[in-house]
Amino acid sequence: MIETHELTLRIGPRVLVERLDWRIAAGENWCVIGPNGAGKSTLLRTLAGLRQPDAGQVALAGKPLPAWPLPALARERAYLAQSRGDAFAYSVIETVLMARHPYHADRYWEGSDDHGAAEHALRTLDVLHLAQRDVRTLSGGERQRVAIAALLAQDTPLLLLDEPANALDLAHQVAMTNLLAGLCREQGRAVVGVGHDLNLAWSGATHALLLHGDGAWRAGPVHEVMRADLLGACLGHPIAVIEHGGRTIFLPEAAPTADSTIRRVQ
Amino acid sequence: MDAFLVTSPVRRRATLALLAAGALLALAGAGLAGSVPLPLDELPQALASLLRGAPDGMAATLLDLRLGRASSAFVTGAALALAGVMMQALVRNPLADPYVLGVSAGAAVGALAALLFGAALWMVDAGALAGAVGISLLLYLLARRDLGGAHTGQPGVLLLTGVVLASACMALVTLMLSVAPESRLRGMVFWMIGDLAGSSWRLLPWIVLAGALLLVMRRARALNVMALHADAAVTLGVNVAGLRRFLFLCSGLLTACAVTTGGSIGFVGLVVPHACRHAFGPDHRILLPAAALAGGGFLVLADTLARTVLAPQQLPVGVLTSLIGVPVFLFQLHQLHLRAR
Repeated sequence: MIETHELTLRIGPRVLVERLDWRIAAGENWCVIGPNGAGKSTLLRTLAGLRQPDAGQVALAGKPLPAWPLPALARERAYLAQSRGDAFAYSVIETVLMARHPYHADRYWEGSDDHGAAEHALRTLDVLHLAQRDVRTLSGGERQRVAIAALLAQDTPLLLLDEPANALDLAHQVAMTNLLAGLCREQGRAVVGVGHDLNLAWSGATHALLLHGDGAWRAGPVHEVMRADLLGACLGHPIAVIEHGGRTIFLPEAAPTADSTIRRVQ
Repeated sequence: MDAFLVTSPVRRRATLALLAAGALLALAGAGLAGSVPLPLDELPQALASLLRGAPDGMAATLLDLRLGRASSAFVTGAALALAGVMMQALVRNPLADPYVLGVSAGAAVGALAALLFGAALWMVDAGALAGAVGISLLLYLLARRDLGGAHTGQPGVLLLTGVVLASACMALVTLMLSVAPESRLRGMVFWMIGDLAGSSWRLLPWIVLAGALLLVMRRARALNVMALHADAAVTLGVNVAGLRRFLFLCSGLLTACAVTTGGSIGFVGLVVPHACRHAFGPDHRILLPAAALAGGGFLVLADTLARTVLAPQQLPVGVLTSLIGVPVFLFQLHQLHLRAR
C-alpha cells in the first residue's frame, strides 16, 4: 500500500532514520516503537506527506507522494497529529464533518451521506453524545476520541496515527486498539501507529518497526521484532518479557540499584 | 438526525436575509438622518432623479451626498470585517485584526507623508494605497517561507514580522506628527483615527469587495479545515500554502482599499468578526458573508451617528467605532470567561 525506498530523515546534523526500506501492505497493523526523539513522529509526518524526505522517497500505491494530487491523496490516507491546538469554537460534529472535505471539493454544504458517516464515526468512538459540544471544552481524552472519529469519517484505506492512545483512559485504550486491529483484519485497511505502550502494541499490532534514533531500524512481524533483547537495545532500558496465563507481558526491568551502579563504577 | 444538522439551511438563509435587511435599513437611515431633515414626500422623486444619474433639487442632492457617503461606509466596513475574518483564519488567532500585520501602519505613513507636504486629496489616497501595498510586499518577501506554510519549523514568523514592521511604521508616523506644522496636524490626526467625511460614490472598492467575497467563499470549506487543523489540513486535501498566500493577498488588498477610503478606522475588523463568530458560529461558510454584511451595516450606523450626534459638528467615525466596539468586546470576552468557568 505504502512503501519507503532508501528513506533518510535528518533533523539538523542528526540522522534519525537511515535508508529505510519499508513496505506496508493492506491488512497490516504496524506499531512504530522507539525512544523519545528517535524520529517516530518525523517518520509519520513524512509518510503523510507533511514533510519532505531528506533522501529517498515514499510511494503510495506505487506512485511517489509528490505526484499525488492533494485531494486524491486525502482519500487514500488519514493522519492523526500528536497534538491539537484548537483556536476556534468548532463543535464536535463540525470537526468530524470537516474530515469529509476530500470527498466533495465542489459542494458548499455537506450532504446526508456525510452526516451519516460522521454519526457512525462518533458512535464508534463512543462520543456521539458530545456532538454539539465546543471542542475547546472537551477533556484531553474526549478530544482525542473525537479526533480519531474524524479520522474514521475520512474513510481511507491507510491510517497514520501519532500516539493514538494519548490521554485515553485504560478502557478506551483497549477499545481503540481493538478497533484499529479490527479495521485491518476485517476491512483490509493498513494502520501505522506510534505508541509507547508495548503491551498495547503487542495486543493490536501485526508488525513493528523499531527506531533507534541513530539511523538504525528494524522492521518485521511482531513475533520477530518485539523480543526482549531487541526492544532493550532500542529503548535503552532492559525489558523483561513474561509469559503469564497464555499472555505475553512486557515489563521494564527494575532500575539498577544504587549498589549495582557503584559496583559498576568501581 | 435532525439535531445533527449544524444549522438548518432555512436558518442559514434567514440569518443572512436578516443581516441584509439590517444593512439596508442602516443605509436607508443614513439617507434620511442628518442636520437638515429630508421631507418624506419628496423622497420618491429624489430617489428617481438619483437613479437617473442626474440629481436635481435640494432633496436629491442631499440624498446623493448622504447615500454616497453611506455607500463608502458600507463598503469600508464590509471590507474591514471580511479582512478581519480572513486574517484571523490566517494566523489562527481570533484576536487578530486586519491591521495586525501593519497594512494600516504602512498606509498611514503614505497618507501622512502626503498630508505633511500638503498634497491634493487624491494624492493622500494614492499615498495610503502605496504605503499599504508597499508594506504588504515587504512583509511578503520577508515572511515568504512562513506563508508557504506546511514545512517550516517556525510558526508565527509572519505575525512577528508584521508586528515589528508595523511598529517601525508607527515610529515614522510619530516622527511626522511631531514635525508637522500646526495647520496640517488636524487633518493628519483625523486620518489616523479614521474619517469618512468627504467620501462619496466609488466603484473600485465595491469591485474589490465583491471579487474578494466571491473568491474567499469558494474556499470557505478549505478555510474551515485550515482553521481547525493548521498545517495538517494538507492531509485533508487542502493546499495550505496556496490558501495562506491567497488569504494574505486578499485581506491585504481589502484592508488597503478600506484605509484608502476611510483612514485607519479601528475595531470594525476585530469586533465584527468576533461578534459574528459568537452569534453564528465559526463556520466560515456562513461567517464570511455574515461578517461582510454586519461590518458594512455597523460602519454605516456608526458613521451616521458620527455626523448627527453633535451636528453640525462631525466626529471622526473611528472614534465612534471604538467607543461602541470596546464595551461590546469587553462584554463578550467577559461572557466567554463566565461560560468557560
